[in-house]
Amino acid sequence: MNNPNISIGRSQESILATNKVLKNTYMLLSITLIFSAITAFIGMQMQIGQGIAMIATFGAIGLLWFVLPRTANSAAGIPVMFAFTGLIGLGMAPMIEMYLAVNPSVVSTALGGTGVIFLGLSGYALTTRKDFSFMGGFLMVGMIVVLVAALANIFLQMPVMSLVVSGAIVMLMSGLILYETSSIIHGGETNYIMAAASLFLSIINLFQALLHLLGAFGGDD
Amino acid sequence: MDWLKIGSAVLLIAMIVFMWPRMKHAIANSPKGNINDWMGYIVPMAAVVGFIILLINMV
Repeated sequence: MNNPNISIGRSQESILATNKVLKNTYMLLSITLIFSAITAFIGMQMQIGQGIAMIATFGAIGLLWFVLPRTANSAAGIPVMFAFTGLIGLGMAPMIEMYLAVNPSVVSTALGGTGVIFLGLSGYALTTRKDFSFMGGFLMVGMIVVLVAALANIFLQMPVMSLVVSGAIVMLMSGLILYETSSIIHGGETNYIMAAASLFLSIINLFQALLHLLGAFGGDD
Repeated sequence: MDWLKIGSAVLLIAMIVFMWPRMKHAIANSPKGNINDWMGYIVPMAAVVGFIILLINMV
């Protein structure tokens, strides 16, 4: 026969563990976002070129795919996470610099918009406690479709398609924020470093896509 | 075609190759959502679309 006291004890333990993962995730996420902004600022001050930015992005993706999953369960995961987010910030420097030169209000609006969307969606997932695990397949298929469309557009050079891709990225990243937050709440993601890396990527992609959309409709594209 | 485009294409192809097995795994293992589950996604997405239209009008 099940002992209700043990069951209550376990569920409280599970809630405490979930809250700890959430707290650590948001703490690491906020620190790494600030760090990424600092490296982007340094990159803009140094006026790094597109070549260095691309090498930094390649380095960041290499860390995310090959190093972070192997180190995320140890203390070594934290410096890897900082290296990853720092390189992403550096990789974005030429793009932000370009938008700042054309229309600075686009950058601040995209930044504010990203913050509002992230906080709104996180708040929605946290308060409703809905389980968004059913979206896993849909989001992955959506991302593959967007990647194929973006790849095709490198050769096709269609401005409308590039805007459609950015719109789709906004929707997918918004979905990923819901999915990842719900995954933390329901115990699917128990590693705060991996959770922070996933949310960080969603925020950065959301910011870049918003920047593109606002830049295009603001009249600078 | 300049080398930046080649670099971008290589990066996107690498992402597709890397994500392909994850996509197959997610399709096979994700639980199926009912109409209420999907409404829980569509409603906040509609709010996001409305907010972006507002931002576009502000810029």
